[in-house]
Amino acid sequence: MAINEEQVKHVAKLAKLSFKEEEISQFTEKLDQIIQMVETLEQVDTTGVPITTHVLDTVNAFREDQAEEGTDRDQLMKNVPTSQDGFIKVPAIMDNGEAGA
Amino acid sequence: MSLLEKDLSELHNLLVSKEITSVDVTKATFDRIRETEEQVGSFITLDEEHAMELAKNIDAKGITTDNVLAGLPIGIKDNIVTNGLKTTAASRMLENFVPIYDATVMEKIYQADMIPVGKLNMDEFAMGGSTETSYFKKTKNPWNLEKVPGGSSGGSAAAVASGQVLMSLGSDTGGSIRQPASFTGIVGLKPTYGRVSRYGLIAFASSLDQIGPLTRTVRDNAYVLNAISGYDAKDGTSAGVSVPDFTAKLTGDIKGLKIGVPKEYLADGLQPEVKEAVLKAIETYKELGATVEEVSLPHSQYGVAVYYIIASSEASSNLSRFDGIRYGYRSENVTNLEDVYINSRSEGFGMEVKRRIMLGTFALSSGYYDAYFKKAGQVRTLIKQDFEKVFESYDLILGPAAPTTAYGIGEKLDNPLTMYLNDILTIPVNLAGNPGISIPCGFDQEGLPIGLQLIGKHFDEATIYQAADAFEQATTFHQERPNL
Amino acid sequence: MNFETVIGLEVHVELKTASKMFSPAPAHFGAEPNTNTNVIDWGYPGVLPVVNKEAVSFGMRAAMALNCKIAQHTKFDRKNYFYPDNPKAYQISQFDQPIGYDGWIEIEVEGEKKKIRIERVHLEEDAGKNNHGTDGYSYVDLNRQGTPLIEIVSEADMRSPEEAYAYLEALKQIIQYTGVSDVKMEEGSMRCDANISLRPIGQVAFGTKAELKNLNSFNFVKRGLAHEEIRQEKVLLSGGIIQQETRRFDETTGETILMRVKEGSSDYRYFPEPDIPNLVIDDSWVERVRESIPEMPKERRLRYVSSLDLPEYDAMVLTLTPEMSDFFEATLAAGATPKQASNWLMGEVSAYLNSEQKDLHEIGLTPENLAGMIGLIEDGTISSKMAKKVFRELAENGGDARKVVEAKGLVQLSDPAQLLPIINEVLDNNPQSIEDFKNGKDRAVGFLVGQLMKATKGQANPGVVNKLLNQELSKR
Repeated sequence: MAINEEQVKHVAKLAKLSFKEEEISQFTEKLDQIIQMVETLEQVDTTGVPITTHVLDTVNAFREDQAEEGTDRDQLMKNVPTSQDGFIKVPAIMDNGEAGA
Repeated sequence: MSLLEKDLSELHNLLVSKEITSVDVTKATFDRIRETEEQVGSFITLDEEHAMELAKNIDAKGITTDNVLAGLPIGIKDNIVTNGLKTTAASRMLENFVPIYDATVMEKIYQADMIPVGKLNMDEFAMGGSTETSYFKKTKNPWNLEKVPGGSSGGSAAAVASGQVLMSLGSDTGGSIRQPASFTGIVGLKPTYGRVSRYGLIAFASSLDQIGPLTRTVRDNAYVLNAISGYDAKDGTSAGVSVPDFTAKLTGDIKGLKIGVPKEYLADGLQPEVKEAVLKAIETYKELGATVEEVSLPHSQYGVAVYYIIASSEASSNLSRFDGIRYGYRSENVTNLEDVYINSRSEGFGMEVKRRIMLGTFALSSGYYDAYFKKAGQVRTLIKQDFEKVFESYDLILGPAAPTTAYGIGEKLDNPLTMYLNDILTIPVNLAGNPGISIPCGFDQEGLPIGLQLIGKHFDEATIYQAADAFEQATTFHQERPNL
Repeated sequence: MNFETVIGLEVHVELKTASKMFSPAPAHFGAEPNTNTNVIDWGYPGVLPVVNKEAVSFGMRAAMALNCKIAQHTKFDRKNYFYPDNPKAYQISQFDQPIGYDGWIEIEVEGEKKKIRIERVHLEEDAGKNNHGTDGYSYVDLNRQGTPLIEIVSEADMRSPEEAYAYLEALKQIIQYTGVSDVKMEEGSMRCDANISLRPIGQVAFGTKAELKNLNSFNFVKRGLAHEEIRQEKVLLSGGIIQQETRRFDETTGETILMRVKEGSSDYRYFPEPDIPNLVIDDSWVERVRESIPEMPKERRLRYVSSLDLPEYDAMVLTLTPEMSDFFEATLAAGATPKQASNWLMGEVSAYLNSEQKDLHEIGLTPENLAGMIGLIEDGTISSKMAKKVFRELAENGGDARKVVEAKGLVQLSDPAQLLPIINEVLDNNPQSIEDFKNGKDRAVGFLVGQLMKATKGQANPGVVNKLLNQELSKR
């Protein structure tokens, strides 16, 4: 399979990135090369092989339910580009249907 | 001889006997940085005032024999979060970002009375193998200023190789400590996944990232690992295993050690001098009394493909938090929320970072997950099993750290695929979670260093250090210095 | 054509832990904006999540109470989407291995019982809050970010808005009994989205569904679904088709309004959370959690009827909330008789709570002082009428029933030695009444009792007074 420019545009939208037209074609070409390399994995028989998402056998890494005071708000606000009255200020949210819970 | 030519133990003895002070060493460090930085370009940010203050305090407190690291300067890769000190990950995205908390390794560094002197250059968000994707500057290889220092911990490696600092911290996701250590002729260790807390390491690929030390000698490296290792309740993936004294087995004696050399690691595509140096190293090990035999890691050829899917997928998610809202770069060209996201991210990230985000987003997107992410995760299992199988019969695996010596600046920047393939020998180790080291084992015809990679069992860094130290004692490569 | 309505509900419930799902920041909000947050909640570069064990146990407890199976192996996943209230741009949730699955609860509508199946219960973190300003900006408060949530997804088993309403009531009651959440829709600790579709009666396949949001009370759920039922029927009958869309319930008009049409399913790029090791839930953990689940309302009702001899109605009212039911049982444990305790709780106490708009724990009444008061009624120390005054005092200021009675001088006069002189004085002052009594006018007795009560400021024990008065009258 080769990746086409339409797919690249769709993926850019998901990733909230924008590219100039010429960048899109460059990207498509480079991504396509990488994806072709990746497709060598098809040669490997993985029937019944479990997926590894963690390399250690650690399980149940828990924290006890003890609350600690929050970080000082003034500290947190130091890096915020725009804030007001203790809130983070952003241009109005247009409901684009991506909100989750 | 300059103070900075000594190793940690020598300096420590001088500090304890009060022949020198921490202030002397710290001053010498900044003098050396000033002398060489224009050529090498290892640092993004220097923290001289704070470092001098720390040194004074440590001198006042006194240095005792129980802490070999006390009062000694260390450089920090700029993807490790430092409270109150700009941390950029070499990205325009974080050009002005001043963290409000310390990474766990920083807390450990302060506990050990070490002196952080500044933040080291790297590939942007640790994505790259040459430190050329840094938004701020290119770091040069101290052995040849036309060459890359490797990456992504290129600043960490160049700073040590050029004698600016005796030790530095880097991070390794697919070879980012070992490959630059190899390119610059120093010692760089990627610990077992979970050995060192990742809390405060700006995540690239969470299931692969590890922080590790870069130093000139194996013993120095072990000292630093002693200080930064251990379980951390803030990192659920850090391991609750005990931390031995990593210097305990540095006796020079490796008789009876069983070393496997994967035939895939000496296959075609190696620079001939690299192969030659590794074959010579094998002879040295045999002379030292180790058994060295050929083994096989049959799935290692798929490592790069698996890595680029898994690392990029995780990265695409990890880097989504950089949205221009709570910290970091915010585009000025903004009229609505969508602009804040898209313009901040598009202007704040460099090309290589965007390329990985795109690849990872694609691999996770609807309809492709099974073919890419899941498939890669399955092949990762096979790669891990390859290692487990070899380690049933061997103590260590040996091979080159990189297929070539340092290449020219700009040479591979436009061809990501060949750059990616440079990591072919280091990547499988990250995928399997094992520890690995690169130590100097020779020079090519141009005088560029060659690195030897030793890979150990999970949580058996001690044996890696044992074998690396024995090799170091038997050879003189680590005594060579670049002319700066 | 006749249609059948098909409804499925997705309910989010906030868990009442002390700290957040993945960070140690306090898990209660309502505080000043962005004060109960830390660098983890803010998704600062380098931070990592660590799972709150209690939140997992709470999730298991809720899932078990909903008759779910508990996963032995489970994990967290990342759900990726950009939104200002979602700082990491991914929500840590559970995708293909929910902690609980294959459950059910029973509902009752118009006397008919029905099982509603529960597909899954999974753990996740709540998002922060966006406050939409009128100035073209939104204001983000991350206090809620990271609060532990469970999402309870029903099967599409409900066939009417009334069934949906009954499901929510039953669900709320069960969760309340488990003690893992306050389950208050008005405070946002319970939130509901509804999926509704219509299909011709007899058709097996489901129709295209619409999703309803902004359902801020059980009544709005019912009204929204009822409106949607009619809207969809109209569309279908006029030959139109239902689009897969999200609609918002408008409280003022009672109508549902189109928010957006869904273009396929959203691409959340779920993948296993690499920062959190997998979870293994062994039998002993499951058992420990099972033992922590209090007796459910259904079991309590049965027990109240069979062993306490209460009417079914009483049993139902007393078990509506765990607070009431627990209070009732504690009152019995403090020595009150079941019927008296039930009468007081269903009558005077409930009326008081209603008029004051308060919960049981917010007033001074305790199971102990209520039982004490009931004891004083039963041993004749106070009359039922006095008890109402005592209750008011207890409700308002708390304290011990006997002390209240003494302090207010509310003790009933039952001693003949004290009452007789007063009775005779009243009789002496009312010769006409004695005459009337002798002429067979019963009303005279009532008048005399009234005079007596007046003379004793209402403290005379009516039973004793009646007996003594008759005795003295017969002597005259």
